[in-house]
Amino acid sequence: MSTPVQEGRTGLSRPTLLNHNLTVSTGIGLGISMLWFSLLVLIPLSAVIAAAAAGGWTEFWRTITNEQTAAAIKLTVFSAVGVTVVNVVAGTMIAWVLVRDRFPGKGLLELIIDIPFALPTIVAGLVLLSLYGVDSPLGLNFANTGKSVFLAFLFVTLPFVVRMVQPVLEELDEDVEEAAASLGANRFTIFRRIILPSLAPAIAAGAALSFARAVGEYGSLVLLSGNLPFKSEVTSVRILSAIENDNRAGAASIATLLLVISLAVIIVLDLVQRKVARRG
Amino acid sequence: MASPRKGRKGTVTYVLRLFVITYLLLLVAWPVALVVTNTFEGGTASLTGIFDDPDLVHALQLSATAAVVATVINTVFGVVVSLLLVRYQFPGKRILSALIDLPLSVSPIVVGLALLLVYAGRDGWFGPTLEGWGFQVIFATPGIIMATAFVSLPLVIREVVPVLQEIGTEQEQAASSLGASGWQTFWRITLPSIKWAVVYGIVLTLARSLGEFGAVKVVSGNVLGETRTTTLAVEEKYLNFDQQGAYALSFLLASVSVLAIVVVFIIRARVARHASAEGAAS
Repeated sequence: MSTPVQEGRTGLSRPTLLNHNLTVSTGIGLGISMLWFSLLVLIPLSAVIAAAAAGGWTEFWRTITNEQTAAAIKLTVFSAVGVTVVNVVAGTMIAWVLVRDRFPGKGLLELIIDIPFALPTIVAGLVLLSLYGVDSPLGLNFANTGKSVFLAFLFVTLPFVVRMVQPVLEELDEDVEEAAASLGANRFTIFRRIILPSLAPAIAAGAALSFARAVGEYGSLVLLSGNLPFKSEVTSVRILSAIENDNRAGAASIATLLLVISLAVIIVLDLVQRKVARRG
Repeated sequence: MASPRKGRKGTVTYVLRLFVITYLLLLVAWPVALVVTNTFEGGTASLTGIFDDPDLVHALQLSATAAVVATVINTVFGVVVSLLLVRYQFPGKRILSALIDLPLSVSPIVVGLALLLVYAGRDGWFGPTLEGWGFQVIFATPGIIMATAFVSLPLVIREVVPVLQEIGTEQEQAASSLGASGWQTFWRITLPSIKWAVVYGIVLTLARSLGEFGAVKVVSGNVLGETRTTTLAVEEKYLNFDQQGAYALSFLLASVSVLAIVVVFIIRARVARHASAEGAAS
């Protein structure tokens, strides 16, 4: 069944009155996709918010300001902020070395960057425990301390800033830098005035992703942090213990807080990407 | 494209290089290497021991089933949604394109809780109805598959969308003006040009799916020999002081992830070579 060419063309060039250009089969595709997306993602996430809202604002506030929960949220957010700052600096440096430097074995570094992303989180915890646990060959025992939370976040968020910055850095025109250098700018000025402004949106996007990932992290901490209340217990662990104690409303309240953070990150990303698109 | 500035490498370059290598060595390479050496400390016995334990074999099978089913679903869904997002206009498109990334930034525990609230057999929104039809989701394989599909949902889309945007619609329009149906255009023109992006997305989805832990922990019930997946078995082994067993299973999982990265690495190099060859030809 061949679609009339004329119709296809007008559809592609300008939106019709109903503001769509779907054919019957793509319309069905959209319908089924949306149904699945709703059943899998949208309805369940709404259920979390609904369950949190059912108890009213005071109940929500009481749950998240519970002493132990508040301590967990504080530890999670502070560690996530710290890790994000480290990632912004270290991630940009790593991306720089991967793009601009050349030395034997660089390809191996490319592989290593992706390992935290592909490694199952529970394995990531075990991996970190082997170097920073009780039997640490370096004598650094971070297991069951607040430091272990920082370490685990640092591991699982490693690729985000690197992988956002790297492609932008590859596209950068080195001629501009050379022009600046020939006009007498030193390396620091070139970096600050020419390179950094072009990288800023990518760095911001990577930072947002790594913050969001860190705030919700669970798997890599299970074996590493010991989940000690007021010491190394993170927000996800609090949600899980609420679920296990059959306190789903409480779990939903803390989860809603995390969802708000995720949504904020999505909005920041969307704004950053639109800004970049407008510029390009 | 890079014009290597030979002979102009200053101290900064070497300091940066040293820093990056040290950082990655301490954070990733050394710990991963230790897991490998720990696994083989007592020879290969702990590794072969996995396959002698029927419960572990079951866990491996369950993980593989959930990962494969979730990957198939996410691949079909991903290609359809990517096409819709890039090639068509419809109301709500921007919201969809922003929301589709949401699963990547939601905590796995929250994912588990969300599915529990809707599909729990006793008191979920849809759970009792589904159970009335004899379909159990939570504490059963469908729940594990849904949790796995949730966390890896956007991975195919994120690979395919940029490629679709880049190839444009010229060839597709040419095909349809020559009388090809939408279906023919998709199979003959669109799919071959996004082939590697799809493969890349599939590999990433598989790796992510096999390793899911938090969301599966909440929805599976973690019953030995029934709903315990491989990652849950790692935790259980470690907490029961069977470190060798935990290391062996971890080694197995880590090998699959590293294999996935290597495959992706090869595909990337291949696509890049292709692109540069085409660039040189034109």
